Amino acid sequence: MESGQRFSLFRYAAPHLFYPLAGRLAPWFAAAAVILTLVGLYLGFFVAPTDAVQGEVYRVIFIHVPAAWMSMFIYLIMAFWSAVGVVFNTRLSAMMAQALAPTGAMFCFVALWTGALWGRPTWGAYWVWDARLTSQLLLLFLYFGFIALTRAIEDPRRADRAGAILALVGAVNVPIIYFSVKWWNTLHQGASVSLTKAPSMATTMLMAMLVMALASWAYTIAVVLWRVRPLILERERHTEWVGDVLETAEGRA
Amino acid sequence: MLSVFLEVLRRDLLLAWRNRADVLVTLAFFTIVACLFPFGVGAEPNLLRTIAPGVLWVAALLATLLSLHRVFSQDHADGVLEQLLLSPEPTVLWVLAKVLAHWLTTAVPLIVAAPALALLFDMTQSATEVLILSLLLGTPILSLLGGVGAALTLGLRGGGMLLALLVLPLFVPILIFGAGAVDAYLAGTGATAHLMLLGGGSLGALALAPWACAAALRIAVE
Amino acid sequence: MNWQSWSDFWSMGGAAFFVWGSYGVTFALIALELVVVLRRRKQVVHRLQRLRQAMKASARRKEIQQ
Repeated sequence: MESGQRFSLFRYAAPHLFYPLAGRLAPWFAAAAVILTLVGLYLGFFVAPTDAVQGEVYRVIFIHVPAAWMSMFIYLIMAFWSAVGVVFNTRLSAMMAQALAPTGAMFCFVALWTGALWGRPTWGAYWVWDARLTSQLLLLFLYFGFIALTRAIEDPRRADRAGAILALVGAVNVPIIYFSVKWWNTLHQGASVSLTKAPSMATTMLMAMLVMALASWAYTIAVVLWRVRPLILERERHTEWVGDVLETAEGRA
Repeated sequence: MLSVFLEVLRRDLLLAWRNRADVLVTLAFFTIVACLFPFGVGAEPNLLRTIAPGVLWVAALLATLLSLHRVFSQDHADGVLEQLLLSPEPTVLWVLAKVLAHWLTTAVPLIVAAPALALLFDMTQSATEVLILSLLLGTPILSLLGGVGAALTLGLRGGGMLLALLVLPLFVPILIFGAGAVDAYLAGTGATAHLMLLGGGSLGALALAPWACAAALRIAVE
Repeated sequence: MNWQSWSDFWSMGGAAFFVWGSYGVTFALIALELVVVLRRRKQVVHRLQRLRQAMKASARRKEIQQ
């Protein structure tokens, strides 16, 4: 890879350089995630005051909102890596997209689950066909579709590229889905239930939420790096450097 | 250039004519799905009139979904697809011809049959007209997006279920605006906005989907 | 301080089920994901090592036969 030498940014696009880098970085991000989570939970449960309207239930917000953000960001990042893979034909970017998908689906499910548990005491129902909840549900289906498609294709190169196209088509459709659902929601339901009117939040509440959002970023980066490592090993198993990695692992064991 | 388009279109229509039983089965499926709803929710005329646009749109969606595998699978099996991909003609062009052939052989029969089903649901004539218009503007998106899904799942085990999982979430906006057009007309707010959005969606899909479809086909056949 | 006592904390003003149900499931899923991801790495390394040894062994056998 001559071009890999010239651009320092693209240097780590080479799997044999990225693999050890990922292994070195992941524990730091995991540690950051643990510390940020502890700080966020402390802020959320002990510093942030009780909400005047909702009482203590609102404390679900500290995971609900970061999870919802994360699930959307991860889809965007997947689409970004897919576009990079399509344009520059790099192998690593498709692996990154596939390593991101399960975590995105997990956060998507967490957002739905916490939304339902939060909704029961505040709206009186576990599920309402609210625009945000509904588009979140459709996003979960998009994640499932991506995971199912990339797992169903045995040839890894075809899986990479088919997944990339699906992620890009999905990314074009996500805003369309969101706005159509919002439109549909305003036509079919009055403003009786709505998440859009966020309660005015105290600064400490906002702080706790932001810290938790950072924690979920750190967690996502750590777990994705950990997930992409074995993917790289499998894809590159015929190369010499994977042989070296396996031998040193044997020596340690 | 245009000759490829016409040639592929002619060939696909001819094949569809030879296998016209397939087209009829799709049509029968559409009818049966729509007819199931009164058994499920009761035959109260007011209720039926309210759910009719949604039911007919969902039935059209599912019928399209079941017919999607026809777009490429036969050509994939007998090697025509490979030939077409190797030919110097622009892929997007003949992909478009195939999608158009799919639309003509599945969506158009559904649209022709829809007024009869609308009668079963006691829809008024003017509401039926809006429904037909929404189907005319919306079903091209189904064929175009569905074509991408069909190309992505070409030749995969369990491709049918996978195709449904990939494509149905993307169909939701079309369902919303398609059925919403009739609802808006009945509510007196006018269906123009919905129909324009459907038409705009069709144009957008027409501009983007063939490229994605062509790329997916190249990946599948390689 | 928001809470008079630990039992006050755990009861969450009567919303214990909703709050702890949310946090519990979230952290359970995160733990599950971590277990799956870390175990997968070990499995892959083991499998590839065995594959490598099998390949080495067959290569040696061929050498001896020659």
